[in-house]
Amino acid sequence: MVELKIIVKTLKKPFPSLMFSILLGFSVSILILALTGYSPFEVIKSLLNGVFSKPKYISNVIIKSTPIILTGISVALAFKAGLFNIGAEGQFIAGSIASVAAGILFDLPAFFQILVVLFFGALFGALFGCLVGFLKSKFGIHEVISGIMLNWISLHICNFFVSLEMFHKPNSNNSFAIRETGYTDLKKSFSFLKNSSFSDILKTDINIGFFFAVILAILVAFLLNKTKNGYEIRAIGFNSKAAKFAGINIEKNIISVMLICGGISGLAASLTITGVSPHCVSILSGFENNGFNGLPVSLIAYNSPIGCIFSGLFFGILIYAGKSMQSELSTPSEIINIMIGIIVFFVSVAGIFPYLLEGIFKRRKKNE
Amino acid sequence: MLSRISSKFAVQMREIEKSFGFQKILNSFNIDVEKGSIHAVLGENGAGKTTLMNILYGICKADSGKIFLNGKLVNIKNSRIAIKNKIGMVHQHFMLIENFTVLENIILGNEITKKFGILDIKKARYQILEISNKYKLNVDLDAKIENISVGMQQRVEILKSLYRGADILILDEPTAVLTPNETIDLISTAKEFASENKTVVIITHKLNEIKSSSDVCTIIKAGKNIDTLNIRSTSQEELATKMVGRTFALAVEKNRTKAEFGETVLKIKNLNVENKKGILAVKNLSFKIRAGEILGLAGVDGNGQKELVEAIICGIKSKSGSIEICGKQIQNTSVQNVIKNGVSIVHEDRKKLGLILDFTVAENSIFSTYNLKLFSNKGILNMKAIHSFAEKLIENYNIKPQKCSEYLTKNLSGGNQQKIIIAREIASNPKLLIVVQPTRGLDISAALYVEKILMKERNKGKAILLVSFELDEIIKLSDTITVIYNGSIIKAFTQNNFSKNEIGVLMAGGGRTENYSKDA
Repeated sequence: MVELKIIVKTLKKPFPSLMFSILLGFSVSILILALTGYSPFEVIKSLLNGVFSKPKYISNVIIKSTPIILTGISVALAFKAGLFNIGAEGQFIAGSIASVAAGILFDLPAFFQILVVLFFGALFGALFGCLVGFLKSKFGIHEVISGIMLNWISLHICNFFVSLEMFHKPNSNNSFAIRETGYTDLKKSFSFLKNSSFSDILKTDINIGFFFAVILAILVAFLLNKTKNGYEIRAIGFNSKAAKFAGINIEKNIISVMLICGGISGLAASLTITGVSPHCVSILSGFENNGFNGLPVSLIAYNSPIGCIFSGLFFGILIYAGKSMQSELSTPSEIINIMIGIIVFFVSVAGIFPYLLEGIFKRRKKNE
Repeated sequence: MLSRISSKFAVQMREIEKSFGFQKILNSFNIDVEKGSIHAVLGENGAGKTTLMNILYGICKADSGKIFLNGKLVNIKNSRIAIKNKIGMVHQHFMLIENFTVLENIILGNEITKKFGILDIKKARYQILEISNKYKLNVDLDAKIENISVGMQQRVEILKSLYRGADILILDEPTAVLTPNETIDLISTAKEFASENKTVVIITHKLNEIKSSSDVCTIIKAGKNIDTLNIRSTSQEELATKMVGRTFALAVEKNRTKAEFGETVLKIKNLNVENKKGILAVKNLSFKIRAGEILGLAGVDGNGQKELVEAIICGIKSKSGSIEICGKQIQNTSVQNVIKNGVSIVHEDRKKLGLILDFTVAENSIFSTYNLKLFSNKGILNMKAIHSFAEKLIENYNIKPQKCSEYLTKNLSGGNQQKIIIAREIASNPKLLIVVQPTRGLDISAALYVEKILMKERNKGKAILLVSFELDEIIKLSDTITVIYNGSIIKAFTQNNFSKNEIGVLMAGGGRTENYSKDA
């Protein structure tokens, strides 16, 4: 009985309850896989193999995770201000287009070329975010509505952009790639690994993006917790009415938060363009979910920017491992989405587990 | 001391235990409520009185213990069972649907229907009118809840319980927002009800009302039944001492250190303010407050107090007129500007407007002063300074638990939350302090503490605007008493020159006997 009390108490803390929910989510999704005829043992094995068996896989997971960590941070920051940044997807696309355009049109020495590409990506993402914030604070238009609309607008701008003669790579669905001076891959810096057992890392698109993501997470955490603006943002997110009566300018803060959020999503895009081949944008028939995946990443991290690094990596693992499962066990591709869905579900209801246990605890006490 | 279980008692609760988490709220609690009596449950905030009644009404379940109604053991698992057993409860915060009419609210959950589920409004109206006439519960059945006064809302809640056939009526802090006259009406309704061998249980921490309303009083402290007393043979001081557990004086020292008021701090002239619906809520209102003066604004809720206060702090726009702080016009500027000009406010609704409950105590302690260089330099918060500031406030104002600057504010009790706000607003050293319902929901010792602080600040030369719906509080603290009715100040009294009765009549609309709440 005493143990149960301790368990209940532990489960009320955020981190253990998160781990418990993820574990539970995994178990349930593996159970579902087992019910559809796949051996749970095989599933776990292929999951782990697909991610950890070769250094290359780990590197790929990190590369896949980088953009969703950043969009996760973007969503998390908006959440702190009480805003639902579903427009991260559109901000990401806007950032990609601007980065590709800048990467093709400018022709500067390597370092400056990279700066310019990143700057334009972040700028256009920020403009899209800012527009959402402006519409919200000036006209009271809900950020979800304008965000979704801007997602579609940017998707179609992207397709229009690729079709322009100036940017369209003939006989393909892609634009031209950006100039090589704009690449941010780190293959050269890691060339010392050539003769080691880690040499296969060099076959992946290893790039600087992840370091940017970590730095940004720390910066946003600092902004939120240690600065005056962060204080105002959190006050608005928790209780905008009280914030208003404390003299905080809500309109201005909403616009500036959305500007930063959009900038981060845009930067996620430009880091992908500069870091990962094919370094271009393609005609989109649907969304690629780099922005949308930021929503569950932020949710699992309980909207903590630092937490987004880990939940983003976790998400990267799921997405990447799903692909290896698909090829090894020929599971349908939907299965990994089901898995993600179940885990997100369990994380969002994590708060109820200690109370469920407490209920069992009490009932047992009564029966004694 | 315990009586035998018998049908003489409407409610008997035995050995009730209740914990939230690992905190014990009720500790083997016993209570007997006789049929046909008005029974007061008296206790400080957090003593467990509301929890006890919530258990009786089935809102929360006791961990152990038995409840007997009319001598029979009943397992009240949820409030539906409580209602079936003819228990009705009027909560401190009303559970009404704002944009439904009074009638719709009363029948909600107990609708009479004709064939095919069509509402039989006519029959319901007839039944409700019968009840309301019998108990003199005057309501306008077709008005929407959002348009009627708090007093009438309470009558709606009572009607709702009676309509469902309640024999046992639980009233949770019923007089918190009523005028003196409404309180008298409420008590007479309760007496009428009790005279039919029905039972009323009143939860309260107001001593003076118990005297006039109740027959028996159970004092609850830290989840235990301290004593059950016959009201007639007990003095107020005795009740207070038992409730708090130590003796203390109920009066507040009103002596002033300076005989004269200082210069005029707040001057309002011909102010007109519209409310959200575009109706003039403050009409041609003028008054001034001098340094070292507490001006009490007496009035029933909804007579323009909220709009007046919000207009002063520029939370809403004033239509015309002027508001001056020390000779400087501030109307229709910004909240920031008003704060900069030395105005501080303690809001009525501390949870919604005064605090951010998910912030730590330290973060809340700088909520109105975070722009100061001490707390934020070049945009970076100075955590060290903030914490030592919060710790100082916690110590000076005896905020409990000790050293709670890192606690989330929502984990503190209401009284301590209020202390944080008052401490922080006074620390910002304002010229004008606006306090709205400063002791609402506080227990006696916390309320007394707050009143003492206000007195101290007045003696230091602050101008204080006290807005309260409790006339006793206004009379106790104010140097000047003004009465607001329907957006205008009807009359002003100086400290030594008023009659409580006259104020009560003015608050209700200048002695008009018809229903004043409609046009309020």
